Amino acid sequence: MSDQTSQGLWQLSIDLPSERGANRQVTDELLNQLGAYGWQPADVFAVHLAVEEAIVNAIVHGNKLDASKKVHVECEVSADRVRVAITDEGPGFDPASVPDCTAEERLEAPSGRGVMLMRSFMTSIEYNAAGNAVMLEKVRGPADS
Amino acid sequence: MPTHKRIDVSKVGDVTVVKFVDRKILDEAGIQELGAELFSLVEHDNRRSILVSFDNVDFLSSAALGKLITLDRKVKSVQGRLKMCNIRPEILEVFQITKLNKVFDIRGEEAEAISAF
Repeated sequence: MSDQTSQGLWQLSIDLPSERGANRQVTDELLNQLGAYGWQPADVFAVHLAVEEAIVNAIVHGNKLDASKKVHVECEVSADRVRVAITDEGPGFDPASVPDCTAEERLEAPSGRGVMLMRSFMTSIEYNAAGNAVMLEKVRGPADS
Repeated sequence: MPTHKRIDVSKVGDVTVVKFVDRKILDEAGIQELGAELFSLVEHDNRRSILVSFDNVDFLSSAALGKLITLDRKVKSVQGRLKMCNIRPEILEVFQITKLNKVFDIRGEEAEAISAF
């Protein structure tokens, strides 16, 4: 794990074990840094939610909670932009194949909302071709008046 | 009286008011416990008018939504009523984006929600 700051940028690079709760090793410090850079609560919530969903997906769906596999996370926080890249060691998936959780027949499904929430709360999300890595980006919103 | 770890339960008239102990509802084990405690209100305690207040809740992961959906289904299956209140704007946005605001009966403040039962 490494974290460093240079020229107003906080960075983190870490390998997480594929176990529930491991995401806290990223989210706790990430949220601290967003606060330190003066991000607004609404944006902090958005980043927290998206990163939480993405890391849990990598651990549970990507790596299938396999203790021999890691989830690699890289974060970058500045005053106006957050980038988080999450890579698992699974075979990947096709994000386009995730059913629409707002469709009538799926509205009350117990799960399947994570990717949609990531897309909704981040400025952009981009998967690699294999579908086992995702880049989340949030551009800071306007300050509260 | 049952002991709850994840929820605080009180009564206002006939309405069972449920509040969350945790400000951030996100870890899997905690969400499983939360679900069990919520469901027990219906299945074992025979509560039929339940108000879930998000008064203390700062964060909610999508895994918790499934428990709320199941709770709603259980309450409706016994002809009960479930309402929610005091939801901060960011969490309300989660319900709106996922269209769960069309499934749940969401109110504003607690007093307004209780009067709606």
